Amino acid sequence: MSQTGNTVAPQPAAFGGPSAPRVAASADKGGLSGWLGRTIPWIFVGLFLLFVLAFLVAPTAVLIVQTFIGDKGFTLSYFTGLWDYQYRVAFENSLILGVASAITGLIGGFLLAYASLQPGAPSILRTIVTSFSAVAANFAGVPLAFAFISTLGSLGFVTIMLKHLGINIYGMGFSLYSLTGMTITFAYFQIPLMLIIITPAIQGLRAQWREASDGLGATSWQYWRLVGLPILTPSLLGGFLLLFGSAFSAYATPYALTDGNIALVTIDISNVLSGNVMSDPQVGAALSTGMILIMAVVLVIYSLVSRYAARWRR
Amino acid sequence: MSVTASEVETPLPPARARKAYGARKTLSVGNWIIIALGAVFFITPLVMTGIFSLWEGGSKYGWSAYGMMLTAPGFWSSLFLSLRLGVETMILTAVLLVPAMIFVHLKAPKLKPLFEFISNLPFVIPAVALIAGLTTVYTGPAWLISTPNYLVIPYFFLCLPYTFRSLEVGLGTLDVRTLTEAGQSLGGGWGQIIFLVILPNLRTALVGAVLLIMTTVIGEFTFASVLLFHNFAVFINDTGQNAITEAAALSLFAFLLTWVFMLGVLITSRRGAATVGGAH
Repeated sequence: MSQTGNTVAPQPAAFGGPSAPRVAASADKGGLSGWLGRTIPWIFVGLFLLFVLAFLVAPTAVLIVQTFIGDKGFTLSYFTGLWDYQYRVAFENSLILGVASAITGLIGGFLLAYASLQPGAPSILRTIVTSFSAVAANFAGVPLAFAFISTLGSLGFVTIMLKHLGINIYGMGFSLYSLTGMTITFAYFQIPLMLIIITPAIQGLRAQWREASDGLGATSWQYWRLVGLPILTPSLLGGFLLLFGSAFSAYATPYALTDGNIALVTIDISNVLSGNVMSDPQVGAALSTGMILIMAVVLVIYSLVSRYAARWRR
Repeated sequence: MSVTASEVETPLPPARARKAYGARKTLSVGNWIIIALGAVFFITPLVMTGIFSLWEGGSKYGWSAYGMMLTAPGFWSSLFLSLRLGVETMILTAVLLVPAMIFVHLKAPKLKPLFEFISNLPFVIPAVALIAGLTTVYTGPAWLISTPNYLVIPYFFLCLPYTFRSLEVGLGTLDVRTLTEAGQSLGGGWGQIIFLVILPNLRTALVGAVLLIMTTVIGEFTFASVLLFHNFAVFINDTGQNAITEAAALSLFAFLLTWVFMLGVLITSRRGAATVGGAH
């Protein structure tokens, strides 16, 4: 298909009003080809919707039904079971990890984006930062976990080097296999993710606004507090929610890092699924429903925020 | 960041502020420190992984982990499986998503919000939750669920938010209706219009989607691990259980693969905007 790339270029001017009736006429023509022309589009749209219904909506619906329907009809016992100590801790840990790593990503990503987008920054630096971010934001899961185990694991090179310098970080209570260690590991994809999200918003800050505030005698701090940050807030909040979601629903990285030995909701669900723990399938369904509910709330806030953020991007 | 204590306390006179603004041709020390810290954070794990992969025990260093990696049983088969699944996910996307989105743009713009909603669903339904649902609903037939090809279904949804966005941007810049009317008035059928007119104009969006699918599927661990299929990420994880230096070598290899695919995305996307896949 690539050879024919430029054979037909869009020429809106040539196909204004006069062409409309002709097209309508050709679409109305009877016979097999006319019928096919009208039906084929709906077959493809229908196929896609059926696929979504069968493999995305139905499985989710079944989980929710399983959560609330027991042997004797409607029950809340599985859902309230999420408040049992074991599962409450898992939810707390997942939420803490989500928030902590989103804040890390937010601050790191914003500072790096801002620094590399300064007018004085060499363009090569900008290119390197953008392309590296694209790679690092997609570098996650098992390889990322091993990269950090090689670095900050109990036998990692940085850990050992620090030990030679007399600093025993594991003796001081640090562990890569804890929520803190995981937050550091997640920063490797969260910071670039935030950088990618926030770059267009920072580029949207017009130089004239800064000049105007400088001209009126505002300090740098006043400019950021009264102009810059209020404009960036919706984008920062939107980015925060996306980062939260990516950490909250992460499974591969924490699993590879801790070999599945950490109380997170995703790990708990997979333990139920693979039969590592003895529990009803309803427990897995209830945990999943809990996650979906939280993510749904996040998405609703996100769509409200992004509608608000769009006001400044014209 | 560029706010220093003195700047906060004493308001600058306008003249000096203007001069400072115009003279800002180089980065301030604060900004360089931020960039240096960022560089250290992002480069250190890669360097350490590199050193770790060369470690042969004690104080011996060499390339043996790489040799073992290439000859390890399962390396090539799992790599090929992941690549194959990537290609299959691409085909499924080409058959299911691309025509549906073109026709929605063309014939039923009213359905756009529904498609937008669907494209966000995989974000709301975490991968493990989707597996929990899929394994509950589908306990058969064997031809569907017992081969690794089954993974293509969740992978399609895993990539959906990103493939949808890429195609939506591509279709948004095209006047699909005018192109189609032009094609029809020249006597073209649907097949000709789609293959000769619309798809060639969507090249950039399609290449972007393809590379994102490959990046996402190559790194995918969750679905394969829970459903017990041995793809590349599962192979790396299994290797790490008893051969940590080999796993380090594999991790660097995976990083290079990601680099290759994302470089492709950056080169092909006209605006140079980076895109982000899933599977964390």
